[in-house]
Amino acid sequence: MMRFATLIKNPADWMKGTGPHSEIVMTSRVRLARNLRGFPFPGFSQERQRIDLMEQARPVVESLPEMRDGYSEEYSNLSKIRKQVLVERHLVSREHAARSSGCAVVVDRKQSISIMVNEEDHFRIQGIRPGLSLHSAYDLVDRVDSEMSAMLPFAFDAKLGYLTACPTNLGTGMRASVMLHLPALVLTEQINPVIKAVGKIGLAVRGLYGEGTEALGNLFQISNQHTLGESEPEIIAQIEKVIEGVVRSEQTARAKLKEDHQTMLLDQVGRAYAVLSHAHILSSKEALNLLSMLRLGADLDLVGNCDRSLLDMLLLEIQPAHLQLAASRELSPEDRDSMRAEITRARLQSIPGPGNFPPLPPPLGDSPPSSHDE
Amino acid sequence: MKCDVCEKEATVFLTQIINGQMTTVNLCEECSRAKGVTEETGFGLAEAFLTPSQRAEEAMEVVCEACGFTASQLKKIGRMGCPECYTAFRDGLDGLLRNMHKGTRHVGKRPGAVSAAATQVTPRRRATAAAHHEPPPALAAPPPADVNKLRAELELAVKEERYEDAAKLKTEIERLQAEAPGK
Repeated sequence: MMRFATLIKNPADWMKGTGPHSEIVMTSRVRLARNLRGFPFPGFSQERQRIDLMEQARPVVESLPEMRDGYSEEYSNLSKIRKQVLVERHLVSREHAARSSGCAVVVDRKQSISIMVNEEDHFRIQGIRPGLSLHSAYDLVDRVDSEMSAMLPFAFDAKLGYLTACPTNLGTGMRASVMLHLPALVLTEQINPVIKAVGKIGLAVRGLYGEGTEALGNLFQISNQHTLGESEPEIIAQIEKVIEGVVRSEQTARAKLKEDHQTMLLDQVGRAYAVLSHAHILSSKEALNLLSMLRLGADLDLVGNCDRSLLDMLLLEIQPAHLQLAASRELSPEDRDSMRAEITRARLQSIPGPGNFPPLPPPLGDSPPSSHDE
Repeated sequence: MKCDVCEKEATVFLTQIINGQMTTVNLCEECSRAKGVTEETGFGLAEAFLTPSQRAEEAMEVVCEACGFTASQLKKIGRMGCPECYTAFRDGLDGLLRNMHKGTRHVGKRPGAVSAAATQVTPRRRATAAAHHEPPPALAAPPPADVNKLRAELELAVKEERYEDAAKLKTEIERLQAEAPGK
């Protein structure tokens, strides 16, 4: 199996900045909750029972064809920082990372599939794809689930479907969620009506770090809340339809910004570039919000030669646990802010500055500017 | 203070509220580790230390025979203890699920389904699909008794003075009755 350092060294498949609508949709994720018959759920079992289950189930999970040459570790062998890195990579949930003995995670080598053992349910099978591609994320977990169910007796009821610790996951046990970057809807103050409309259809909208968190960096997660009474393809089709609507609103808002507020837009993007490429102290919040503006600039071709996947990788690299992993030690918040600035300055060197913005009208005055003066 | 399990000096003191009663458990280092009390997240572990009299108290209410989870625990934390709990606490579950989900009957994937295609069968077409290869017994169409069941739930809700639930159930019954002739 793969070592932790090897797993993290490589960018995940979904970080490559491709996929349908990838200028707005960062990732599509689908997770299935599954439990074994005859075992109490993790929240109501004793440590010994959880360890027994993990010891029996982990080799089965590791033996899946998808997990060949993958990464597998139990939590009692993982430091807090390493677990947090997995959270920042969206490979495990925050709730799972907070647990320890009796818990494990298995990840495939492309970081597209992760299986958490003893989360709130015995198994959480997650698939993650770039762009708007819930179908292909579902295909990943569907296949893994079928393979696992041939080897493990999953708790299933003819009427209620897959039995889960929390009745809110009953039925399909499926949560499909999409991470969206919506800077133009935020800048044009249209985001709240959009969130409200999405909520009315029965979908949940959350910030970057999940429940109850601020939408840092103009990043929003939209996911289904109902899991019973609809089939997996029905749920996915409904979310994709809603997301396509949100994507269209964002596209319209971006076009409008470019058309009607070009100076304001250039100013925001230029300032973001200036601060990111010269700052020596960057808080997480400031960095995320400025990177959002720079990404918007890149999407609208306002920043020449700007590789979007470089920005998305940077977004991960500057998260607290990634910084501490790179430094191989725990860092104080102050140290993190200066290290975050250092990495950001280094990465932005490959992006030409605001000088490459689209041609503006020539400066006022009688003498035409010399073309070689810059 | 002595450990409740082995009489050594207790160093871990665990206080939990169970069924509205405060329970304190005193443990030594070793026993706390053995029972998993010192984990980073609190699992409902004081359960392991309930005295016989506390157990007797619990016996008054509905308990899942498979895992010992009680109806009041369910009410408090909103989660089940084990898969069998769904059978033990089936009464009133439909009302709860109706508020949470689009329906109360699973129509998605089933274990043993070979591919995603098999799950795309919609509930109405399922009857024909079952005739071909799906195991039939559990797949029968939803019983029309739904309304009767709801009425029973409504009665219970009124009796227990849960008027908000009652109002929802009433609306649901009316909706089902209005839909029924068309189906």
